[in-house]
Amino acid sequence: MSGFPKDQEFMLPASNTFIVLSLLVALLLNWLPWHGVLLVLHPDFVALVLLYWCTHKPFRVGIGMAWMMGVFADVADASLFGQHALAYTVLAFGGIVLHRRMQMFDLRQQTLQIFPVLLLTYVVYALVHWQLHSYVSWTYFLGCAMSALLWVPLTMLLQVMRLPRPDPDDV
Amino acid sequence: MEHTQSFFNRGPSPAVRLVFFSLLSLLLLFVDAHYKYLESARSALSIFTYPLQRVVSVPSELWHQADSFFVLHASLLGENARMRQQHSVDAVQLQQLQVLQADNQHLRDLLAVQQRAAYPTQLAEIIYVERDIFKRKLFLDKGAQANVQPGQVVMDDIGVVGQITRVYPWLSEVTLITDKDHAVPVQVLRNGLRAVVFGSGDIGDLALRYMPVSSDIQEGDILVTSGIDGTYPPGLPVAKVSHIEHDTAYPFARIQCVPVAGVDRQRQLLILSGLPHLPEHPEVAEEKDTDKPKRGRKRKP
Repeated sequence: MSGFPKDQEFMLPASNTFIVLSLLVALLLNWLPWHGVLLVLHPDFVALVLLYWCTHKPFRVGIGMAWMMGVFADVADASLFGQHALAYTVLAFGGIVLHRRMQMFDLRQQTLQIFPVLLLTYVVYALVHWQLHSYVSWTYFLGCAMSALLWVPLTMLLQVMRLPRPDPDDV
Repeated sequence: MEHTQSFFNRGPSPAVRLVFFSLLSLLLLFVDAHYKYLESARSALSIFTYPLQRVVSVPSELWHQADSFFVLHASLLGENARMRQQHSVDAVQLQQLQVLQADNQHLRDLLAVQQRAAYPTQLAEIIYVERDIFKRKLFLDKGAQANVQPGQVVMDDIGVVGQITRVYPWLSEVTLITDKDHAVPVQVLRNGLRAVVFGSGDIGDLALRYMPVSSDIQEGDILVTSGIDGTYPPGLPVAKVSHIEHDTAYPFARIQCVPVAGVDRQRQLLILSGLPHLPEHPEVAEEKDTDKPKRGRKRKP
């Protein structure tokens, strides 16, 4: 389904610049002025990209990186310091735990694997919010489902961008 | 490649890191929720995030501009005609207002009452709206650089929109009156009855709570700020009563209101400054406030 030999899929090289850029783009996507129905449905791109790197390069992008991204998200969202950070910490841990198992599955099965991790992340965020404001709107969890659905296209996109370019002198 | 590397020491295990960073986050959460120490760190970090957030809002701004460029000629003509009509109506009323104002001034002079000053306003533009559906917040493009201070009132041309709750160097955060945690002291315009209107967390919906069933409120009543508390200047329109429900099983009436201002419609808003300084609030009543450090309804003398 993914179009790559499965063992090669997890061994593709990734430069640090590419990792940082992808996380930055994800942050920018999260900061787009979402509105109305889209606001309810909007997926958490940062969580997805973090999860991708945690499952594919767990030694490069780990819990510390996820925590830092969380702090930045907290500043931009004006949420309490640590709210996103805590959620993303849990997410990164889930990704690292999953990373061996992910290599055995194709993309569709991977979606089922990452959904609980994303759900846990959303629950952690909502729990903190509930603790502070004692209410939670349930539509918030729709974003979680949308994020899980985006796993396949996002993974394919990042994989294609990581493929080594064919050398023009080779032919 | 990865397998050979994993033989080497990689620092603490993921579980240890999880515990460490979770505790760090919880500590931050606790400190941020209860104390004000982290505000400077927040505004320092916002210096990095602010340019990025501006970049992100560019596409929607362009879209708005493109959208306003392709307006039909007919609709513009229609709008123009409506505006002219409105203008002539307003002009007449304005004339009356000026007479009344002079009259009022004179009477107040006679009574030696404290003058109600016109408040200086600042025009600010909404840069972006909150992406978190739990909260009702806006960000404006004026911040500490433009002398904006927390607690200032934000309104559009018709009524109160919200209150500034946090100020960054170049932008400020507005909590809307429809936010779940927000309360505004109001007065019924018709008979001067005092009340407090609460946000419901839902745009276009406010609630008047704790009003006895017998209180004199009718559908269509306009609520204006009472000026009690010193946070809001008196006489600004806030909401209109839309629905009243008397349930005999309940000591209070259920009263729903809609905000007068276009809480989610405008792009330009006004920030009011120069609120009157009231004398210090007596200490006794303050005790209750200490266990509720949340924003919005907190009293700032």
